[in-house]
Amino acid sequence: MSGHLITVYVPRDAAALSLGADSVAAAIRAEAAKRELPLRIVRNGSRGMLWMEPLVEVETPDGRVAYGSVTADDVPSLFEAGFLSGGDHPLGQGLTEEIPYFKKQERLTFARCGVIDPLSVEDYRAHGGFRGLENALAMTQAEIVKTVTDSGLRGRGGAGFPTGIKWNTVMGAKADEKFVCCNADEGDSGTFADRMIIEGDPFCLIEGMTIAAIAVGATSGYVYMRSEYPHATETLRHAIKLAYDEGWLGDNIHGTSRTFHLDVRVGAGAYICGEETAMLESLEGKRGMVRAKPPLPALEGLFGKPTVVNNVLSLCSVPIILDKGGAYYRDFGVGRSRGTLPFQLAGNLKHGGIVEKAFGITLHELLYDFGGGTISGRPIRAVQVGGPLGAYLPPSQFDLPKDYEAFAAQEAMVGHGGIVVFDDTVDMAQQARFAMEFCVAESCGKCTPCRIGSTRGMETIDKIIAGKNVDANLTLLADLCEVMVDGSLCAMGGMTPYPVRSAVKHFPEDFRRTPAVRVTHIAAE
Amino acid sequence: MNACQPWSVERARTIVADNRHLRGALLPILHALQEEFGYIDEQAIPLLAGELNLSRADVHGVVSFYHEFRREKPGRHVIKVCRAEACQAMGANALVDHIKAKLQVDFHGTTADGAFTLEQVFCLGNCALSPAVMVDEHLYGRVSPARFDAIAAETAHPTTRPAGQKERAQ
Repeated sequence: MSGHLITVYVPRDAAALSLGADSVAAAIRAEAAKRELPLRIVRNGSRGMLWMEPLVEVETPDGRVAYGSVTADDVPSLFEAGFLSGGDHPLGQGLTEEIPYFKKQERLTFARCGVIDPLSVEDYRAHGGFRGLENALAMTQAEIVKTVTDSGLRGRGGAGFPTGIKWNTVMGAKADEKFVCCNADEGDSGTFADRMIIEGDPFCLIEGMTIAAIAVGATSGYVYMRSEYPHATETLRHAIKLAYDEGWLGDNIHGTSRTFHLDVRVGAGAYICGEETAMLESLEGKRGMVRAKPPLPALEGLFGKPTVVNNVLSLCSVPIILDKGGAYYRDFGVGRSRGTLPFQLAGNLKHGGIVEKAFGITLHELLYDFGGGTISGRPIRAVQVGGPLGAYLPPSQFDLPKDYEAFAAQEAMVGHGGIVVFDDTVDMAQQARFAMEFCVAESCGKCTPCRIGSTRGMETIDKIIAGKNVDANLTLLADLCEVMVDGSLCAMGGMTPYPVRSAVKHFPEDFRRTPAVRVTHIAAE
Repeated sequence: MNACQPWSVERARTIVADNRHLRGALLPILHALQEEFGYIDEQAIPLLAGELNLSRADVHGVVSFYHEFRREKPGRHVIKVCRAEACQAMGANALVDHIKAKLQVDFHGTTADGAFTLEQVFCLGNCALSPAVMVDEHLYGRVSPARFDAIAAETAHPTTRPAGQKERAQ
């Protein structure tokens, strides 16, 4: 082996770091030095099989061989087993791309995530990067917008608005300045795809935003990051600097007359700033208060100028659409939900991680075929889909196909693709209470149904949990939910009732336990 | 480790000067001040209002709106424990109870020895490896009460190896 430079991949993804990837990388480096084995360590993104993190991969003539989950203490035995040539070891998972969880996916947006060195322009280009932008640079604005419209891409942030139509509005607006803003305020519990792709393939986002800017005639852009994501922020800032250095950002992009300047801004722990108009206020340096619409941000957005506001995953889907054409992307999916979505399997699940599949896959497939059931070994009782404003669904609804319309019909949402799993120890009355509590904490306070309604909702659920006038209070809660849905300014107050109503509807027994029974029930579990 | 500097008006003015060219400069400046001093000092409010041509009410409104901005000096380390749904599904509520009892503080409180300030957050983006905790800028997954104790001990008194990574997390 000596003399031949072997490449070992140890992820730098925050999830991998959270289980000790840095110390694994350090241990591999130290052990290799001790044994005088030359090797190159690449700190890649994650392959998305998060339960196997830190997932160490070794480049072999047959492909990359995976070992997981590796701790620093496992490293000497990996060397003993000859892992540098793909040797057998109890942690061995075989060829990474043959692992069924990975192999069964349809990776378009996440094609490079975990594969490449996220901070190498050269590696990015070698894997098809910037081809979409090169195509876009040779197209007219209208042609780019038409390609995105033809792809059927819809906003991946939650609302599902057609991306091409939004771009068309901004393109047509007359102004001395326009902006492209990326909403990376991924605050929904159970979602981490934005974080992962920014840490694993940041140039993809930069490329997508640059294409958007060229399409609509914008010259500046911002990525609005969460303060809870320091690793992603650092990676993105580094990648933006590299992109400037190599002429992919700035004035005269790659010798053309196009200009796009990109900067990162960090939020400050306000969930509401994931709402697009609140995000714009925050970018302007103000309180993250929701704006009334109209005017649409597409016409009067950041600093009052026409602005594209897109989610990270929407923008990261753009490069492949411009590379391979709208029809290629549209061929994935069902009905009016075209393309793929990186689903995020989270909570009490054996195999949590990223599963990128075409729309139309059922919850059942995601939870059992991919997720492997609960980690606790108990039956799944409820899943929350689409973040803290999404409905709780019982197992009887697990055959619902994942597409925007089928889910909307159930007051559930595909949202950002997050799926949080609970086993049968969950108390759904407490989950309903939490939905209201979260709204109390995170409401911007601009409209009354959200600001006051959430507090009254929490109090009412507390009374129900305490067994006080349960029937009357359930009726009151239903009325309150209706007012919040109909009367709130944005989705925060307007959708907080979804988890509450679905919990009451599908798990009524949890709202009718007397306090004494509740205690016994919880204690028994 | 938060190597925070003591509050200084001169230093704060320099930070403002370094960032005032940014559009929508108030948030980046507040972040820079908090990174330098660990919190937003009361004296920063009139200072920022004057420098950025805003009212004190505007500045106060922004500082108080965002959960992240702190008004008092924190402990040497800030612990953020996630209370969102994916972490709840894996026992975050019990973990929160354990941490509060262990550190003898409630949320936003600082331990008597000044080592830790405890904060709640809603989602750290580590939802497949929940429950999640962040200590300063180090993220931890699959945090059981025992693993938390090891992380806290290691953070307060570091040995040669990074915290919480001695044993397989599961």
